[in-house]
Amino acid sequence: MSRTKILFSLSLLLLPALLVSQSPAGSAGLDPASLLKPLSDTWPTYSGDYTGRRYSALKQVDRTTVKNLTLGWIGRVNPSLGGGTIVGGEGAEEWAPGNVSVRGAILMVDGILYPTAPDHVWAVDARDGRQLWHYYWKTRGGTHIGNRGVGIWRNYLFFETPDNYLVSLDVKTGKERWHVELADFDQQYFSTMAPIIVGDHVIVGTGNDLDSPGFLQSYHPETGKLEWKFYTVPMNIGDPGLETWPNLDAARHGGGFSWVPGVYDPETKLYIFGTGNPTPGYTGAGRKGDNLFTCSLVAVHVDTGKMAWYFQTSVHDTHDWDSAQTPILIDATINGQQRKLVSTAARNGYFYTVDRVTGKHVVSSKYGMYSNWAKGQRPDGTIEPDPLKEAIIPGSLVSPVEGGVANWPPPAYSPDTGWFYTRENNGFNMLYLTDPDPRGSMGLAGKQPFGFGNLGSSGDFLTAIDPKTGKVAWRHKLYGGGGGGLLATAGGVLFSSDGSGNFVGFDARNGNPLWHTRINISNAPQTYMLDGRQHVLVASGDTLYDFLLY
Amino acid sequence: MHWTLLVIFMTAALAGQQRGARGGLPAVPGTARPAPANFPAQQRPIDTALAARGSTLYGTHCSTCHGGDLRGGDKGGTNLLRSALVLNDQAGELIFPVVRDGLNNPGMSPMPKIPVNQEDGKAIAEYIHSVAATAQRQGGPPPGPPVTLNILVGDAAAGKTYFASKCSSCHSVTGDLNGIGTRFPNPRDLQNSWLAGGGGRGGNAKPVMVTVTLQNGQKVEGQLNRIDDFIVILNLPDGSTPSFRRNGDVPKVDIRDPRAAHRNLLPEYTDRDIHNVTAYLVTVK
Repeated sequence: MSRTKILFSLSLLLLPALLVSQSPAGSAGLDPASLLKPLSDTWPTYSGDYTGRRYSALKQVDRTTVKNLTLGWIGRVNPSLGGGTIVGGEGAEEWAPGNVSVRGAILMVDGILYPTAPDHVWAVDARDGRQLWHYYWKTRGGTHIGNRGVGIWRNYLFFETPDNYLVSLDVKTGKERWHVELADFDQQYFSTMAPIIVGDHVIVGTGNDLDSPGFLQSYHPETGKLEWKFYTVPMNIGDPGLETWPNLDAARHGGGFSWVPGVYDPETKLYIFGTGNPTPGYTGAGRKGDNLFTCSLVAVHVDTGKMAWYFQTSVHDTHDWDSAQTPILIDATINGQQRKLVSTAARNGYFYTVDRVTGKHVVSSKYGMYSNWAKGQRPDGTIEPDPLKEAIIPGSLVSPVEGGVANWPPPAYSPDTGWFYTRENNGFNMLYLTDPDPRGSMGLAGKQPFGFGNLGSSGDFLTAIDPKTGKVAWRHKLYGGGGGGLLATAGGVLFSSDGSGNFVGFDARNGNPLWHTRINISNAPQTYMLDGRQHVLVASGDTLYDFLLY
Repeated sequence: MHWTLLVIFMTAALAGQQRGARGGLPAVPGTARPAPANFPAQQRPIDTALAARGSTLYGTHCSTCHGGDLRGGDKGGTNLLRSALVLNDQAGELIFPVVRDGLNNPGMSPMPKIPVNQEDGKAIAEYIHSVAATAQRQGGPPPGPPVTLNILVGDAAAGKTYFASKCSSCHSVTGDLNGIGTRFPNPRDLQNSWLAGGGGRGGNAKPVMVTVTLQNGQKVEGQLNRIDDFIVILNLPDGSTPSFRRNGDVPKVDIRDPRAAHRNLLPEYTDRDIHNVTAYLVTVK
């Protein structure tokens, strides 16, 4: 037998194994138990796995090889391209919200990618970027701000629509299975969150700008039946936290929306997520008090929706600094003790680490260089806001700006370096109160911010923070601000946008750029294995870019 | 809230301008179509005659508690513009029974029965909906009557002292700032402008200049067009825009931002400093 034939025969013998490894889901679809595994070959949930670390164990692409990344394919997802659109929805008229922009996570399961935009889901072949199916939802209207991705349970796919439906599709064909209304459109809710699958739960959140209550819900993946609903603000007499509001009416219109996916700790069965700003956003006169459980890290039992603990990251917020960041689960040794922690770099410029079993404070520190709204730390680790830094008629000079030091685009953590990575935008603006009505304004109205353009930006950075101490390990200066979700890898490369229109691979040890390409990315980078090679995927508007090593 | 929302709303506003063109076009997903009004409260047709009658009834029976602007009042009436019951009501079917029977919910101020018939209840509901339809984006209330807000709360004498110590090395009220108090009819614009170093809205700040020193010693100087870790681009007087690859500190790039002093002051000011300087500058006629 020739050497070639031996190799050929060997490869035939290996073929079933290869097929199995390429098709872990098989006909039963994506086993929810597989989401418990650390992130590596696929990208089966919003953050890749439940930890929120966005740390991939893959290391073909490392600090040395990253310079050899090459373009595998470019693919577009745009309804104008046509190609077998499946149409659903309850809207009476069609509304395409202009440009398609893929901002959320693109799940990768079984060699298929699932990018989304508001009202749209696509299935795309991860090998060449071709469209397999496209589902389009006819909307009733509402705020079309973005969509953060899908969730997949076995052979079913789930996504939220701006007009508040949870829609389930057959993952293979894109055909609709059912849709249920998850929030009241009349009350101006709008939904963007990527559903998070935990066991047999589909966890969904929603957003709103009008003064309505926030909540998180769990649906059954088979039936679409509501399992539980957790309100993030007190809704009835006797509810915990009501003492932090002047009255029940204020609490019931207090906001605290759940629009960004959280993380899950399988040992405690706690789903931990960040809640949004209290409402009215900028005028707190009608909601004196701490306003629980807005702007908080909240842990709920995944089977019951009952709250286990909370930690408020922005007390009585009056700057629209939602705490709706995806937190990160971290295991670390502090003072010789092994600790189970959860960390978040909040929009207000403060970094917090708390015990993820008890919610007790471990670290509070300022990472936003000029954040100037605080009066000091309380004994429980929360930060006392300075009322003089609210919007006032003659204007108060506030840092950060409304968009925050960080925003919802996800941070990352590498267990190799032990650092929490985040974007840091240190902007200033003058904040004028324009609605001095003692009742407070409504929604996000009642203020007029004056930004200073580039002048107001006193430094934008890629920043590494030690979650055990809250101290900044290093800052890499960026010439542009804005979002920029992060991806950390075992290869020691940190992928992100640089805020100036480049997609960059940074050295996770010091932030030095190792590789870049001029693509102005609109989502957070992801990585996975396909056919034995590590791929790196980003989106820019309606275009997907696949990179790999040959 | 989200920082891209502004862009979204600008897009929606542009789409709104084309609203008149909406008609019986075939429904093609993805083609640029005019947007429907955002929220149900804005999508419903309003019977203006009915709403006008409701307005009078509202003034008689409701405004004392719920406020003339429907945003609630001192007597405990709730803000109707954010009430789930109001927002879910279609044509008085939810509102009228509450008006007729009153409400007594735990934790809420009790609402008395109002002696109106169903037709009047429907008119009141229509009026409430007509106001809700004028609500603004991001949950904002309907625009109220214009209010004059006085931002001049500072001490002009203290502002003059501050100006002398922090600003006068670059600026003079008899030189570049001569008559600045009359150049801005609105003190808020004046305050924003001086804080921004003249580079605020409508300002004409001097450009940022950059000098690139190449490895052969040649210097190229121009206005900064763009810079990041990988490239620096200049605007030259001849209209050309040369670019240079950056690799760490090579080539040497020297940026001179005439507003750096203003930027460096942002973390230093107190709000009182700012208000005092503004109070002083409005007196510079």
